[in-house]
Amino acid sequence: MFNVTRRQALAASGGLLTTLLAPQRFASAAVGNTLNIAYNVNLPSFDPQVGPSSVNPTIQAIYRSVFDQYIGQKPDLSFEPGLLTGWGWNDDKTKVWMDVRENVVWHDGTPFTPEDVIWSIQREGKPDGGNPVSFIWAGIDNFKVDGKRITADVKQYDPVIFKWMAFLTGYILPKAYFEKVGPQGFEKAPIGTGPYMVDAYEGNAYLRLKANPKYWGGKPPFETVVFKFVPDATSRVAEIESGSSDVTLEVPYEEYDRLRVKAGLHGECKPISDIAQIFITNGGVMDDKNVRLAMCHAVDKDAIIKRLLRGYGVRIDTLEAPEYAAYDPSIKVAHDPELAKKLLAASGYSKEKPVKFTIQTTRGFKPKDYEMIQAIVGMWRDVGIDANIEIYEIAKHFELRMSHKLAPAAFYNWGNAIGDPTCSTGFAMFSKSPHSAWHSDDLDAKIGPLWGEKDEKKRIQGWKDVDRYIAEQGYILPLLQYAQPILYKSELKVTPNTSGALQPATLVAKA
Amino acid sequence: MLLAIVVNRLAMALVTLAGVAVVVFVLLRVVPGDPVAMMISPGAGPAEIAALKAHYGLDAPLFTQFWIWIKGVVTGDFGTSITLHLNVTEVLAARLPATLELAIAALLVAVILGGGAAVVGTLLRRTPGEAVIDGLNSILLAVPDFIWALALVLLFAVALPVLPLTGRIDPALAQGFVTRFYLAESILTGRFAVAGNIVSHMTMPTLALALPLAAVIVRLLKQSLKEAMLQDYVLLARIKGFGELRLVLQEALRNAVGPTLALTGVQFTFLIGGTVIVERIFAYPGIGNLAIDAVINRDFPLIQGLVLLFGLIFILINIGVDLTVAALNPRLRHA
Repeated sequence: MFNVTRRQALAASGGLLTTLLAPQRFASAAVGNTLNIAYNVNLPSFDPQVGPSSVNPTIQAIYRSVFDQYIGQKPDLSFEPGLLTGWGWNDDKTKVWMDVRENVVWHDGTPFTPEDVIWSIQREGKPDGGNPVSFIWAGIDNFKVDGKRITADVKQYDPVIFKWMAFLTGYILPKAYFEKVGPQGFEKAPIGTGPYMVDAYEGNAYLRLKANPKYWGGKPPFETVVFKFVPDATSRVAEIESGSSDVTLEVPYEEYDRLRVKAGLHGECKPISDIAQIFITNGGVMDDKNVRLAMCHAVDKDAIIKRLLRGYGVRIDTLEAPEYAAYDPSIKVAHDPELAKKLLAASGYSKEKPVKFTIQTTRGFKPKDYEMIQAIVGMWRDVGIDANIEIYEIAKHFELRMSHKLAPAAFYNWGNAIGDPTCSTGFAMFSKSPHSAWHSDDLDAKIGPLWGEKDEKKRIQGWKDVDRYIAEQGYILPLLQYAQPILYKSELKVTPNTSGALQPATLVAKA
Repeated sequence: MLLAIVVNRLAMALVTLAGVAVVVFVLLRVVPGDPVAMMISPGAGPAEIAALKAHYGLDAPLFTQFWIWIKGVVTGDFGTSITLHLNVTEVLAARLPATLELAIAALLVAVILGGGAAVVGTLLRRTPGEAVIDGLNSILLAVPDFIWALALVLLFAVALPVLPLTGRIDPALAQGFVTRFYLAESILTGRFAVAGNIVSHMTMPTLALALPLAAVIVRLLKQSLKEAMLQDYVLLARIKGFGELRLVLQEALRNAVGPTLALTGVQFTFLIGGTVIVERIFAYPGIGNLAIDAVINRDFPLIQGLVLLFGLIFILINIGVDLTVAALNPRLRHA
């Protein structure tokens, strides 16, 4: 029981008032040893191997601050050693080998060992373990350790398994510690080998990290990093404009243009590995090739980028962005409204007698998504396509797509931070993938053999050929590659990451 | 009689909560959007999808899923959150104090601002001052909480950056707490600098929630006060020589406050609902912010727990209001 005297009450009131009235101007606050990031998403879970958070691309920057991946990735999407210093297959690709980095310790001071690597892969590969890509990790088994080298048998050859080691869920967790504290204990006190250690966490508010003095990659640039979880874009703008945060990202392009020229602030807005596309679902009018191709030729992507996205974006004509391994600049789908009209006329459609269908889109999930679709529907109307817009939530999109019940046209964004064609064209267009909308035997016959192709050059060329075929058939309508706006104080130097992950340890430094 | 009211209301509350539990459980599984669909990887086949559904217990028949869940609820176990990987009861217990502190602060501010303005408006009746108060109140009534939130952000975080914009407390100060009631604990333990920091973080979300409620209080209380001021007992007091302020505070207010109190209770439930958007804007770590993430991610166990918690809060507020009104009005107590 607390007894508060009048004197204590007065002191309390005085203390509160003094603190409240004390000047709290943040705008001029210089960047010190603490880096404050107004981050666009919350961190729901610390487990980077299982559950929905593990496959959420926007959280990877936080995971990469605390944990290390098997294989690292540079800002240009190329790969570099992570906790594995070397990796590869044997000649006939029936075995894999991985060399484990030495002299690495976990945040609790215990040594990192090859056992941690094996345990992590096996945990991720359990079909009932909750890892959303368990089939990738289950492709290797029967591990053997010889010094720092791990070897394993290939159960099912997957040419991109090592790329996945730098991608979603490709993190190494501490076997002994995890087994000791359990999954919920790990959520409450996570440890990794990464450049920063978890110091304090309040869900939906902030994550405070402190530098790992024993980090194998050298001393991190800031003693403390605070991720403030600020999902509201207006609030993020206010955070950077007021000086409360040192860096923020994913603000509206209008605000980016306004603030990047403001004294004390700098900005970077470079293309990232997220693309916008319109899925086409087969059946009904979409079985008509002329209609599909007319849809594609009628859209002026450059105008959309220039007028709606203020120039921030890159037009694409396949599902491969320029940074991807199978990008082929020779594949073009021209903006040609006259050709679109001719194609529609050949199928009996015109402005007076338009072809009709529904297009689904999110609204506010990605920058200007609904406005983009409004513009596209307007362009289609000019050539003889009458599309009815239906707005849906992203959760509904996933469910409809998984059950192959999307509308004839459906807007969506697609990320592919490892740049491999399997993760863009492959999973978006192969009918056996739960994420594809166009299902046809002709396409499956071209894609099928590429999954297990062991000759890398032949594999990449194969995907380029598939992309050309898709463009010729109009099986999907690729729109653009997004650019990620980042605003930061001029005392900082920020290196944009093509994957979109703004990692404070390697990409943000004092200028 | 008060005990009878409590018992009656609690019995009805159990029935209501049971209904809420059934409705939310069925609705979540009927509307499109499934947590597994939200996380399956592009290359996952039917076997992987089935394994994930089994992992989260979503493969069993609907009735079996409900039975497992409701058995847990009865023992206080709301299951494990799909996104947070934590026990839902623990998560709710950790987040609720933040929202309660915010909502109670907003209620206090609304009562002080609204009550004060109503008294001043009554004192200034039939003068230009009353018109000014009515005019300002109309503006407050017309603007919803999230617009106030954005306006406050622009004013106190951008134009005049004197208040912190996001969070509940400066991360550097968020240590050494025994409970999750940060404000109450810091005041009671004499950590006034910390309390001040918390109050500065709470100021904008509190005002955003309080201003619309204050406007409702002003309108109703002022009207009740004006009517009370015309009653015989007020006239008698006036003849006795009571001053205007004493007439309003001592004679009219006590009789006029009943309807306002009942309405404030109802409005308080709306205020709790308003925390969902306001907490989002200010990145405030309460159950409102948590609710948005839970819905986006289709975290079924967490949504179910949150809806039941919101339902329980609403019921308890209503019981509290009924008891307070009954305590203040003897006629209701014996009804």
